[in-house]
Amino acid sequence: MASILFYILAFVLLAATLLCVTCRNPVHAVIYLVKGFFALALMFYLLGAPLIAAWEVIVYVGAIMVLFLFIIMVLELAPREQPQGPGWKRWVPGLMLAAAVIFCSLLIIFQDPSAASGNPAHFVGPRAFGEALFGRFGLAVEVVSFQLLFAAVGAYYLGRYQPREQDKEETS
Amino acid sequence: MISVYHYMTIAAILFAMGTYGVLTRKNAIVIFMCIELMLNSVNLTFIALSRHLNNMDGQIFVFFVMTVAAAEAAVGLALMISFFRNRESIDVEEIDLLKW
Repeated sequence: MASILFYILAFVLLAATLLCVTCRNPVHAVIYLVKGFFALALMFYLLGAPLIAAWEVIVYVGAIMVLFLFIIMVLELAPREQPQGPGWKRWVPGLMLAAAVIFCSLLIIFQDPSAASGNPAHFVGPRAFGEALFGRFGLAVEVVSFQLLFAAVGAYYLGRYQPREQDKEETS
Repeated sequence: MISVYHYMTIAAILFAMGTYGVLTRKNAIVIFMCIELMLNSVNLTFIALSRHLNNMDGQIFVFFVMTVAAAEAAVGLALMISFFRNRESIDVEEIDLLKW
């Protein structure tokens, strides 16, 4: 059971990644990568890391990839011309990958695959994880929090409003 | 039965695909996405080995890798916007100010 799930997820992950790396439209690339990350999150769950799987969905899919999509749309990088051929053909790979991911999620929900192999699904629970993270690795958490602060300051500095030269001349 | 080698193989293929994307694509945002992909393949390696060795530390390192990825995405996308304001494009072929 778990091995069938693994092979389906591996196929979905590799196919989605290949489509992401090769397709020309950056919006399609983001969508394929999101599907790949969903498959990767399910794989993390199969490996007994449910907390990491949840973070994968929340942080990567929910925050980082949406930020990428947002930037692509702000900068208007998506190609404007309509591709040739019937419209439904463009939907087929994405829909099939999404259907495979949903099928695997339902399979995991309704039939715990790790029960048969003897490995507990919750290898590391949130409690043990938090105790180790803030106990033994407390200093590392502080360092990482400083890194996030510097990243926020750097992003603000780079993205601040700079009036161009001709704008300055017009206003003065 | 699925062993740790299966997961390591998948992670290696993912990393190779990410490297291919970084080397061949011209759109800077897609290059950033490929870097995220490489970080994720490392995450998969960490978790597979954490399961294999019955040690939790790998999962904690995945937490730090995710933090690095978030910081990198924030700064990188701010750089993209800043570059786009100056050049009206984010093609990496045009980022040649330091080339000689």
